[in-house]
Amino acid sequence: MRPKQRNRLILAIVIVLFVSISAVLALTALEKNINLFYSPTMIVNGEAPKDRMFRAGGMVSDGSVQRDPDSLEVSFRLNDEANEITVKYTGILPDLFREGQGIVVQGKLAPDGSVMATEVLAKHDENYMPPEVEHALETARKMGVADAEKE
Amino acid sequence: MSIIPNWLYRLSSPKNFYRFAGTASVWCSWITLILVVVGLYYGLINSPPDYQQGDTTRIMYVHVPAAWMSMFVYMVMAGSAAVGMIWRIKASTAVANASAPVGAMFTALALLTGMLWGKPMWGTYWVWDARLTSELILLFLYLGYMALQSAIEDRETAARATAILALVGVVNIPIIHYSVEWWNTLHQGATVTKFDKPSIHISMLIPLLIMAVAFKFYYLSNVFQRARCELLEREKDKLWVRELLGEKNSE
Repeated sequence: MRPKQRNRLILAIVIVLFVSISAVLALTALEKNINLFYSPTMIVNGEAPKDRMFRAGGMVSDGSVQRDPDSLEVSFRLNDEANEITVKYTGILPDLFREGQGIVVQGKLAPDGSVMATEVLAKHDENYMPPEVEHALETARKMGVADAEKE
Repeated sequence: MSIIPNWLYRLSSPKNFYRFAGTASVWCSWITLILVVVGLYYGLINSPPDYQQGDTTRIMYVHVPAAWMSMFVYMVMAGSAAVGMIWRIKASTAVANASAPVGAMFTALALLTGMLWGKPMWGTYWVWDARLTSELILLFLYLGYMALQSAIEDRETAARATAILALVGVVNIPIIHYSVEWWNTLHQGATVTKFDKPSIHISMLIPLLIMAVAFKFYYLSNVFQRARCELLEREKDKLWVRELLGEKNSE
């Protein structure tokens, strides 16, 4: 390798290193702002902003969805296995919205600690499978529970 | 030059690369055509719907390979731009310049198909989470590369400037890949590209992988064709181009 080529190779390596280090520093400094949402635990601990819009994310608690029969009003609870918050929303829910599903809502904190949502987004998980497989898994899970109850 | 194998050294000359790329491009086009037909048949017709998403999941067979390619093409572009800058290999710079529009196309395709999937599934076309934002930055990096390359008249200067831009942008690639792990995002985590067993059923994984290979060959056929054009234009006063054109004219 000629000296000129070596210098250019060093330049290329230095650029990549330098930019990587700056990116790591910048992203570490901004870490909290890059998170899309606050978890129920963070909201219960008072970490969420009180006077402006923010996003909350968690799983929809089983049996917590209550729909108003006369309007699009719906209320449900979000949990992260440690804490729970109540969310109230008026509007159409996305296809993937169901109990046990990961959800991100945007809204404001009400005085009673619940979130008045203006937008509800469903978070899809990384699992893809045909309905038959899901059905088989579900059956196996139930049989497993039945077996465990027998013992 | 002893670290570089002899055949690669010979291939790096514009004349030899032009001839090799011509043959390779034709082969890659045919392979692409076959794989796309097979992949789309399995993806759109002969694969099951998802247990939650139903038929909307089929967008994945285009979205995921396009997103993989957007990152893969960037690494090829940055790598060959760096090699072109360091060793002044024209064919290498030509490959980098040819990769930019193809990569931009894949990135735009990944973003658009993702938005179409996002509206019914998430409930929104767009959300400023880490994954979506870093992928959008990738699109701007490609567009910036193309703009910078066409803005500088002198080819040597342009090659140096674009190589530096491409190298700076490399930092974005791990950010895109790990964004779903490092931060809370709306976009789901990795399904296939993780050390664990893929969390996708085999009947859906096979068409996905076929489409991924099809996109790779599409990229190759396209990039060889574009690189050929660039080399012809760049070397238009050289003897080998004149001979080539002379042959064609005298026929």
